[in-house]
Amino acid sequence: MSPAILLLLALALGLAGWLAARGRAWTFKRAQPGVRLAALPSYHGWYVALWIVIPAVLFAIVWAALSPNLVLQSVLASPAAADLPVFGLQRQTMLAEARNVALGNSPAVFNPAAAGLVEPFRSAISFYNWIGLAATLVIAFLGGAFSFLRLRPDFTARTRVEKMVMTILLLASLVAILTTIGIVASLVFETIRFFGMVSPIDFLFGAQWNPDPMSNPLNPQGDRYGAIPLFWGTIFIGAIIAMIVAIPLGLMSAIYLTQYADPRVRAWVKPALEILAGVPTVVYGYFAALTIAPGIRDIAVSLGISNASSESALAAGLVMGVMIIPFVSSMADDSIAAVPGAMRDGSLAMGATSSETIRKVMIPAALPGIVAGVMLAVSRAIGETMIVVMAASTAANLSANPLDSMTTVTVQIVAMLTGEGSFDHPATLSAFALGFVLFLVTLGLNFIALRVVKRFREAYE
Amino acid sequence: MTVVHDNLEDTEAKMRAHDVNVFYGSKQAIDSVSIDIPQKYVTAFIGPSGCGKSTFLRCLNRMNDTIPAARVEGEITLDGENIYNPKLDVVQLRARVGMVFQKPNPFPKSIYENIAYGPKIHGFAEGKDELDAIVEKSLRRAGLWEEVKDRLTDSGTALSGGQQQRLCIARAIAVDPEVILMDEPCSALDPIATAKIEELIADLSGRYAIVIVTHSMQQAARVSQRTAFFHLGKMVEYGRTSDIFTNPLEQRTQDYITGRYG
Ligand SMILES: Nc1ncnc2c1ncn2[C@@H]1O[C@H](COP(=O)(O)OP(=O)(O)OP(=O)(O)O)[C@@H](O)[C@H]1O
Ligand SMILES: [Mg+2]
Repeated sequence: MSPAILLLLALALGLAGWLAARGRAWTFKRAQPGVRLAALPSYHGWYVALWIVIPAVLFAIVWAALSPNLVLQSVLASPAAADLPVFGLQRQTMLAEARNVALGNSPAVFNPAAAGLVEPFRSAISFYNWIGLAATLVIAFLGGAFSFLRLRPDFTARTRVEKMVMTILLLASLVAILTTIGIVASLVFETIRFFGMVSPIDFLFGAQWNPDPMSNPLNPQGDRYGAIPLFWGTIFIGAIIAMIVAIPLGLMSAIYLTQYADPRVRAWVKPALEILAGVPTVVYGYFAALTIAPGIRDIAVSLGISNASSESALAAGLVMGVMIIPFVSSMADDSIAAVPGAMRDGSLAMGATSSETIRKVMIPAALPGIVAGVMLAVSRAIGETMIVVMAASTAANLSANPLDSMTTVTVQIVAMLTGEGSFDHPATLSAFALGFVLFLVTLGLNFIALRVVKRFREAYE
Repeated sequence: MTVVHDNLEDTEAKMRAHDVNVFYGSKQAIDSVSIDIPQKYVTAFIGPSGCGKSTFLRCLNRMNDTIPAARVEGEITLDGENIYNPKLDVVQLRARVGMVFQKPNPFPKSIYENIAYGPKIHGFAEGKDELDAIVEKSLRRAGLWEEVKDRLTDSGTALSGGQQQRLCIARAIAVDPEVILMDEPCSALDPIATAKIEELIADLSGRYAIVIVTHSMQQAARVSQRTAFFHLGKMVEYGRTSDIFTNPLEQRTQDYITGRYG
């Protein structure tokens, strides 16, 4: 009996409750034709239905989480489990095998020793399934009975239903927040483990990044975990090269779109830019790795720079800049459009040309919004993973030459997590520390940017 | 048809509009208006809301060019030269015909920069000293100098509404225009600030040709020497302010100034 079936069952009961309660409300109405019900009959229906479905669904969820454990307990208590190995992988595998056979997911056990466990599993699973089913029914019935008995002609079913719906909406929004908190907490936890092995000083200020996932975890070699080259690579690619591309192009397109473009042109160009923002970054990654990077190397070589890398920071940065253009341009567009038209008229009426008006009045007035847009763009660029994974290298060079290969924080996170190191090796854990730093930086950038935007909005309202 | 009083002495016309029509798309907002704007006088445009005062005022420095749907027909001259001549440089025109808007619209820059903006873009000042002098002179003429001389670096938007409006007037004066157009310059201000602006207009009137749009009969009577009454896109009557208010020739003018409609 899978949780899905319990869920369907709860919904079916809810439907029944809905019909019954609505019918009951109608009988109130028929019994006293002159009296107005405090709520429409369908709200009575919803009230009962919610009281049936919500407790039952909550129980089904809890049961789905709980029952595998209960099953395991009872299997382990059975005599067949007595001769299982006490610890380790083998014990786990045998249990899993037996369980799979019992559930019908695999035809037969591979390890004959596990065969004896199949029968206990089967009976425990069906036993707990029946318990789950019965309990769901009882809970749904109790909820339904409780709510059904409260129905009266003057029962304010609508306000109650609205309150319940509001609570559900609130819980839904809490899911996102709680998830964020959970993510941060786990990140912090793993980061602390990492810093237990490698000192934060080595990590934050060291200039050598060369973790060895195969080294002895007890001797973490802190001097191999200097993240400065990664931070530099990230800033160089995401905040410098990409922004050198994105800021002028984004700003110019925003100026063109808000100040010069014919409405018909704007109707085409703006959506086109927005589509650019929707292109999956992996596509940019291909473009960077297959087209731009070799092109840049060939050009560099033809200019006589023989040591140009085919995984240059320039290629990743350029493509990332193009990816970021829509962000910069749409933020700049919004902020320029938010500058009151009176400002523009004031300048034009002084005999300023439109370009003077844009340069000296519109852009300065829109500057806070533009700056905020750029900061959001930077925070996106430095968190961007796919393009750099595909186009940048994994070699941690501390260099100011855009033709050198460089790596970024995100590239190293991927490299460390998918590397050969075991999960509790400092090389693997370093990914969490890197992620944590990245998280803090982007959080800070977003926070400041949103504050700036808010202040900016207030200034013109 | 427009009634123009015949007792107007022969003052030199600074601007002259002849048979001007303005359309927003297919909708006509101004219907064959002809008027002489005299040199060194204040001319008031009055009339009910939506009658086209702002529209006509904006024709005088071609601010209607900034509205894509607006189309202007007819001829308007400044010192005899047609300002709708395609060869005319609209930037030069607007430097000569300044404008003050209904809502004060200082730039979000310092007080100093607000005034220096125009002189800078028109290259009036050789150096910093000259620019300082222009800023001071303009602020003095706008009667704002004493109030702001110690805080020239503060933002123009931090001033009170009345101060902002005088800042906008100072800004318009700073480019040394010949005509100043004001579209309800006091409608966002309290009576004291209004009195200051009216005083300022009186001070300025000998020096510039001033056109002011206003909804206040008293204001028109106080500050202007000429008044034009607009109604439904047409100019109904034009004459000396004293005559228009005491002795209008048209029934519609009479009705409007006695408050019977509008
Ligand atoms: N940008 C525009 N687009 C279309 N129609 C406009 C535009 N501006 C003004 N109009 C129309 O032109 C007519 C005249 O408007 P205008 O603003 O000149 O009136 P006004 O006399 O200044 O009124 P008020 O005293 O309320 O300021 C009105 O009917 C108005 O609806
Ligand atoms: Mg108006």
